[in-house]
Amino acid sequence: MEVTEAVAIDHGLKKEEFSKICELLKRTPNLTELAIFSAMWNEHCSYKSSRKHLKKMHTKGKQVIQGPGENAGVIDIGDDDAIVFKIESHNHPSFIEPYQGAATGVGGIMRDVFTMGARPIANLNSIHFGSPQHKKTRNLLRGVVKGIGGYGNCIGVPTIAGQTTFDESYNGNILVNAMTLGLVNKNKIFYSKAAGLDKPVIYVGSKTGRDGIHGASMASATFDDKIEEKKPTVQVGDPFTEKLLLEACLELMADNSIIAIQDMGAAGLTSSSVEMASKGNLGIELNLSEVPCREEKMTPYEIMLSESQERMLIVLEKGKEEHAKKIFDKWNLDFAVIGKTTNSKNIELIFDNKKVAEIPIDLLAENAPIYDRPWKKTKLPQKLKFDKDEFKSLKLSDCIKKILSNSNISDKKWIWDQYDHTVMGDTIQKPGGDAGVVRVHGTNKAVAASVDSSALYCFSHPLTGGKQIVCESYRNLISVGAKPIAITNCLNFGNPEKEKNMGEFVECVEGITEASKYLDFPVVSGNVSFYNETKDKGIKPTPTIGGVGLISDYQQMLTMDFKTEGNLVYVIGKTDGHLDQSIFARELLNEKKGPPPTVNLFNEKNIGETVLDLSRKNLIVSCHDVSLGGILTAVSKMCIKGKKGITINTLKGLTNKYEYFFGEDQARYIIEIPKASLKKVNDILNKYSVHFDELGAVNGQSIEYKDDINLPIEELADAHKYWLKKYMDS
Amino acid sequence: MRSSVIIFPGSNCDRDMDVALKKFGFKNQMVWHNDQSIPKSDLIVLPGGFSYGDYLRCGSIASKSKIIKSVIDFANSGGLVLGICNGFQILTETGLLNGILQQNKFLNFICCNVFVKVKDKQNKYFKDLKKDVLELHIAHNEGNYFCSDDELKSLEDNNQIAVTYCGKDGSENETTNPNGAIKNIAGIFNKNKNVLGMMPHPERMIDKYLSGEDGSLFFKNILDNFK
Repeated sequence: MEVTEAVAIDHGLKKEEFSKICELLKRTPNLTELAIFSAMWNEHCSYKSSRKHLKKMHTKGKQVIQGPGENAGVIDIGDDDAIVFKIESHNHPSFIEPYQGAATGVGGIMRDVFTMGARPIANLNSIHFGSPQHKKTRNLLRGVVKGIGGYGNCIGVPTIAGQTTFDESYNGNILVNAMTLGLVNKNKIFYSKAAGLDKPVIYVGSKTGRDGIHGASMASATFDDKIEEKKPTVQVGDPFTEKLLLEACLELMADNSIIAIQDMGAAGLTSSSVEMASKGNLGIELNLSEVPCREEKMTPYEIMLSESQERMLIVLEKGKEEHAKKIFDKWNLDFAVIGKTTNSKNIELIFDNKKVAEIPIDLLAENAPIYDRPWKKTKLPQKLKFDKDEFKSLKLSDCIKKILSNSNISDKKWIWDQYDHTVMGDTIQKPGGDAGVVRVHGTNKAVAASVDSSALYCFSHPLTGGKQIVCESYRNLISVGAKPIAITNCLNFGNPEKEKNMGEFVECVEGITEASKYLDFPVVSGNVSFYNETKDKGIKPTPTIGGVGLISDYQQMLTMDFKTEGNLVYVIGKTDGHLDQSIFARELLNEKKGPPPTVNLFNEKNIGETVLDLSRKNLIVSCHDVSLGGILTAVSKMCIKGKKGITINTLKGLTNKYEYFFGEDQARYIIEIPKASLKKVNDILNKYSVHFDELGAVNGQSIEYKDDINLPIEELADAHKYWLKKYMDS
Repeated sequence: MRSSVIIFPGSNCDRDMDVALKKFGFKNQMVWHNDQSIPKSDLIVLPGGFSYGDYLRCGSIASKSKIIKSVIDFANSGGLVLGICNGFQILTETGLLNGILQQNKFLNFICCNVFVKVKDKQNKYFKDLKKDVLELHIAHNEGNYFCSDDELKSLEDNNQIAVTYCGKDGSENETTNPNGAIKNIAGIFNKNKNVLGMMPHPERMIDKYLSGEDGSLFFKNILDNFK
């Protein structure tokens, strides 16, 4: 086939990009070379629209062992232990084929983690669907949940937390973000940088098939009516083989045989070989006839573009081939020496004893295009003036029941019951809390993790929204008694070629950066997913933050359920009653305008540290952050979880009870205090100059507030627990 | 008491089981599925997981594996064999236990705490157990026990039903049955009651920071009965 501009465009390249390729190569590429360029220069692999802005992110800190740029980030948790973690999107494939798309998303992120020598210890996910009324939503949700469970359950890694939202902007483009945490000895971390000449390049894992060809370029384009035709670009997962690959890799990693290792994810063999060579400033020669193939007569073009799952590329120390092969034989996996490192600084491909491609590595990596795309700032919307007389017709108890059964607030047990969240025997906080917590096996330490996003806030004002999610993640970790350490992010946005979408991206990143810098909560890994758009309708900007924190003594972990009658309940942090963009405004007033709540980073940090201090001193027995739905939603959840009630005090100086109970002001927590600790708690709150309200006291079985609310907990629980189950059964 | 946990390539509860057994004082060793023989043991455990991927019927390939002949010989000579979850599935596939485990009634994987009622204490697992109802944990997609009418009658006649799903108070009915198992069956014995297969995972319930502690009672009881 003759390579022309039209062929290049078919491969997802732009006209100018094709001319640039010809210019750089000083010739027209052949078809295999063109395919390699298209795989490396697409948005998904090259980060060409985002790289300029990602560089500004806050990625440093004394806790950081490895920041962005590797397979995953690595943080120090003391005693030679390190946590390897990352979040990644698998949005496009999951919309086309929800089960396999989600399953291979989980498989891919776990590989990123064990590639670095870490045993995965926890999975999380953040999944976003269209409106519940949309005809595709139910099946997509069912398929995605089954796919995530099908893969993670089989490998035997617990899924400890997650987030699920519904919004019509995802009708044509769902989001599936998967996160994995792994545990590694900090002196035994493996990287993807090749080193040394003439070292054997080894292919291990599954055989290569024709699945997933063009996967990465599919993920770099918007959807149209013909998405069904893209099904063959979705990979098919085999969790059993991944389990074997995990065990075999960890076994080989026990000694010093491996120089560099990289999983074959997006753009398969192409991107893994190019990245390893590029990082080591080397060339690489691959003999594609040696690649184990699942199907007959596969061409170099297909072998280089296949995204078959469960494969790894390893640069091995010379002479270790037999030793390594024995391990992979034991686990019944393919093992093939397919090439070597060279000093040519080119990638050279041999097939049937003929050279079929030769490209300088730097053209594929550092010299890939970078765009400074035009973008538009989003103005802070005007604060709304609510007609407070209108509120009076709303009964507080009806409001809270309606909010608790809102699709985005309601209990997601139907989902996480389908995930094995207890395997590995160290899950001490299950899904449904502020964060999932797993013990560091055999130690007193525990690691907490949470995934968060706030698309409504980000859509209204990306800069504030970006800051807010980082703070939300910070609070969720503190709420379980963990010291926040670092984050990973998955930046899901629409089409970057549109100024508005690009602006949303730039400003969200700016917000994330500002907050993570202030809170010493650096970004150590992540991924960008653009082009989440179908037929010109883009998603709301949805950056997802995966936060990780450390509990040095797991016995100090906190949960949100109210514990004991008579204990006092405080709201920590000031409530101004910000209703714009709140669930209350949306659900009860049908009002979607206005700015998101302001983020005050000083308060976030100071109040967060206060709560952490209280928990370290064992002065509080439960804790929950106040977020979506405000104070009343937060206490209701604490009541439902603890099967207890609360008697709320008559609040002094209250201007408007709706604003107080449902406002979504930031930097607030609710804590439960045994009477015996009260004086000490008050002293600490005063020491930190933190505002607090004495909200009430835990009681036996109902939420009570003056004459306004008297709701038995079972009634609240009914409203909260069954929305999703009923929806899925209907 | 010496125990051996068999590791199939897709086992994923092998470490959890090892941790639990050692915690209560078993001298445990791990045995690879491709080994020919099992070291001298008083108890052999087939742990949970996905033995060989279970893309075919769960446990069917494991029932033909290299190590399994030794397990069968050990069981036939009266040795204690415990199969948890996938281990239970494997035991039914080998024929050591009757019946099969079908996909859950509601077609979903299910991971949650359950209560089970101990139906028979005339055996080395449950003899003298202080409680009649245990809180354990399940995590499976194929735990829906089924057998023929004749087999069921025989299980009942010989007191081979080991544990059944129930409520906290021991009540057995449809609402306390998480997966649709016939007669709420969560675990059964062979005729000699030396082979026990059950879906719930006692190894996940061994300290108060996990889902609960009733699993500890189960392991301690086996040890006590061995003494």
